[in-house]
Amino acid sequence: MLRYAYLRILGAIPTLLLVIAIAFLMVHSAPGGPFDAARVLPPEIERNIERAYHLDDTLFEQFTSYLQGLWHGDLGPSYRYRDSTVSELIAGALPLSMKLGALAMLLAVVAGVSAGIIAALRKNTIIDRMVTGVAMVGISIPIFVIAPLMVLVFAVTLGWLPASWAGSGSSDRLLMPVIALALPQIAYIARLTRASMINIMSSDFVRTARAQGLCTMSIIRYHAIKPAMLPLLSYMGPAVAGILTGSVVVEEVFGIPGVGQFFIRGALNRDYTLVLGITVVYAALVIFLNLVVDLLYGYLDPRIRGR
Amino acid sequence: MKRLLWLLIFSVLSLAACGDGGQSTVDESVLHRGTGEEPESLDVHKSRSTEAGHVQRDLGEGLVGYTRDGKLQPAAAESWTISDDGTEYRFQLRSDARWSNGDPVTADDFVYSFRRLVDPDTAAFYVDSVREVRNAAEIISGEQSLESLGIEAIGEHQLKITLRRPVPYFINLLAHPSTFPVHRASIAEHGDAHSRPGNLVSNGAYKLTSWVVGSHIEIERNEYYRDNDNTAIDRVFHYVTPEPMAELNRYRAGELHVTRGIPPELFIQMKEERPDEVRVSPALGVYYYGFNMSDPEFADNPKLREALSMAIDREQLVELIGRGEAPAYGWVPNGTSNYDPQTYSWSSMSADERTRKAQQLYREAGYGPNKVFRTEIRYNTNATHRAVAVAIQSMWKTVLGVDAELVSEEFQVLLQNIQQKDSIKIFRLNWDGDYNDAHTFLSTFETDNPSNLTGYQSDEFDSLMQRAASQTDPRLRKAYLEEAEVRMLRDHPMIPIYFFVNKHMVSPSVIGWGDNVLNYHYSQHLSFAADE
Repeated sequence: MLRYAYLRILGAIPTLLLVIAIAFLMVHSAPGGPFDAARVLPPEIERNIERAYHLDDTLFEQFTSYLQGLWHGDLGPSYRYRDSTVSELIAGALPLSMKLGALAMLLAVVAGVSAGIIAALRKNTIIDRMVTGVAMVGISIPIFVIAPLMVLVFAVTLGWLPASWAGSGSSDRLLMPVIALALPQIAYIARLTRASMINIMSSDFVRTARAQGLCTMSIIRYHAIKPAMLPLLSYMGPAVAGILTGSVVVEEVFGIPGVGQFFIRGALNRDYTLVLGITVVYAALVIFLNLVVDLLYGYLDPRIRGR
Repeated sequence: MKRLLWLLIFSVLSLAACGDGGQSTVDESVLHRGTGEEPESLDVHKSRSTEAGHVQRDLGEGLVGYTRDGKLQPAAAESWTISDDGTEYRFQLRSDARWSNGDPVTADDFVYSFRRLVDPDTAAFYVDSVREVRNAAEIISGEQSLESLGIEAIGEHQLKITLRRPVPYFINLLAHPSTFPVHRASIAEHGDAHSRPGNLVSNGAYKLTSWVVGSHIEIERNEYYRDNDNTAIDRVFHYVTPEPMAELNRYRAGELHVTRGIPPELFIQMKEERPDEVRVSPALGVYYYGFNMSDPEFADNPKLREALSMAIDREQLVELIGRGEAPAYGWVPNGTSNYDPQTYSWSSMSADERTRKAQQLYREAGYGPNKVFRTEIRYNTNATHRAVAVAIQSMWKTVLGVDAELVSEEFQVLLQNIQQKDSIKIFRLNWDGDYNDAHTFLSTFETDNPSNLTGYQSDEFDSLMQRAASQTDPRLRKAYLEEAEVRMLRDHPMIPIYFFVNKHMVSPSVIGWGDNVLNYHYSQHLSFAADE
């Protein structure tokens, strides 16, 4: 088992290196540079700046010095946010983005599953129609419409909640962002759960359980809910992806200093080091999570370990 | 089950509600203002954006500053004299000026700061402010030592600056953040990190408290500031508000007192709903379409360029965009000091006359129904730019029969295409003045100016600019500059479309707001109405 783990960890290093190399080439091949503006810098100033930020080195030199820095845990200085290093920016933004994403995910699962089960149990009633109808709307309306709309209603018109993250130091500043981010996922999960629940509830073992005299609540709790969650589990991957991309919009709308915002601004401003840094951190996260899953599989299924 | 569901949702939401700690607000006065994009740095030598300038003007001050109405006034210097030939400036600094740590602000601080600005190792972004100081250009390109810069302390509070030639607007440049003093001891101690919260020592009305990158910069009253008694607001939050619509919503929700802008989509609505809060004033900026003058199609055909310019009905266009901008028939905006903006001779013609004249020029340029002129307009992806391009495309089609294709691209890509000059035909850009002088606008058409993006070349224009530059008599200088503008307009290297206006929402509780072309709004000039 330990040997398997070592092998897998060793195997992850080339993957990460490859990701870094590709990302490095891609950001550097994008047209324009980090210091371009309509006010063109005089050549002697441009030279001084390029020297100061090591942009006059060859691409290979830049790449190797980037790797050297990375080896020491240094993601370099940010070109756009010049008073901060990339490590500092990510260290500040990542926990906030993770918190936002985790809360949204939690809300999506709890609300989505509950709504799905209710709809399945009240199949073809008015409640079911409402749930599926609302879910349809939730899926079709993109976050960049929902989020500003929520701000307009709950912050501007009703004044119940702050319009931005920074607009209030109080406890409610993540409430709207979390809901906005979770809404499309709630809708998806509700539909998935409903379909799968209806399927399970008409299966033979549920009929048997009913024949034995169990009440509906017990059937759901002890028999139906676990198999009904299987399709949901396989949806978790896309859901995380949806939350990640959605967070870019939500962070922008609510002014949340999260990773998504830095990623977009970094890309638009050709902040090479910032974009690379975020890519590296995310890639490492994904590789690590995959590794954990693989190890878990290995733990659960000895046949995989043996290969 | 239903109860359980609600319980679960409620518990998740209350979890979400566990935000970070609270901000201030007891009985001190706190101003919340939108600042637009994030300042790239608070080091005055490592930034050049207008957004950084907004915050830096609260944190520091140069030898001179501006009143709330945009009039030049003494700041760190209490008085100055200029030699008869216009090249030597002597400043008397205020003896009571202090840094935010209590150190006195001395002439040596300015000498150190100016040298740091031109030091090639600093790699400063904005050195236009001191380019005409003696030996500055040579130092920047590494040919001369720092000590040779034309600035010296002739006493603890006396400073002498020598220019290599008279520059009438030089005094205005000394209000630009790049010429603010930086604190030598903290740079020696912290190096590049000197501009961070906790390290930054500044000489303005406020000092830096905290900076949450991506969210806001918090500053508070500098007790050592020379004019602290007249500073009303104790604490200021500069919020990063890159999205005008989100910013307006924050304003409407009562989270901001002042916005950086007003989104075009809601400008008219805001004027109707909150007429007293919408502040509009002329700005030093022009929105234009540039021709690629190295493309023979345009280079050899001034009549075509003029026809294209005349065929645009700017009044209609501005009406269509509908947000207070002024149609542009020249390059230098109204409101530029000591200058009479020049306009095209046909600007007073009626729309019909102009159309006929444009059609005639188009025919003389060799085009017509049998030989349609096909071209391409490139702009950076943005709803307003698109609306303008669509309108112009249709005006050209209707008036001249021109087929213009619209190409939208990312800003950095557009800039690169413009500079490479290979594929570009007509491009959209704007030019914003750095200081209130016609020179900041006209110099962009000088042959060797790096920001001359059309590639316009005219010996006559260059020599007029040269003559204006060496002129000490302000009236003659003005005449030369105006003549240069007329000369350039006659050649049509670009199409001016409209002049920008500064647009802000300002809460009725804020008093002391002054409209000015520079769009400088120092927090120290603002205060709250008594009932706030």
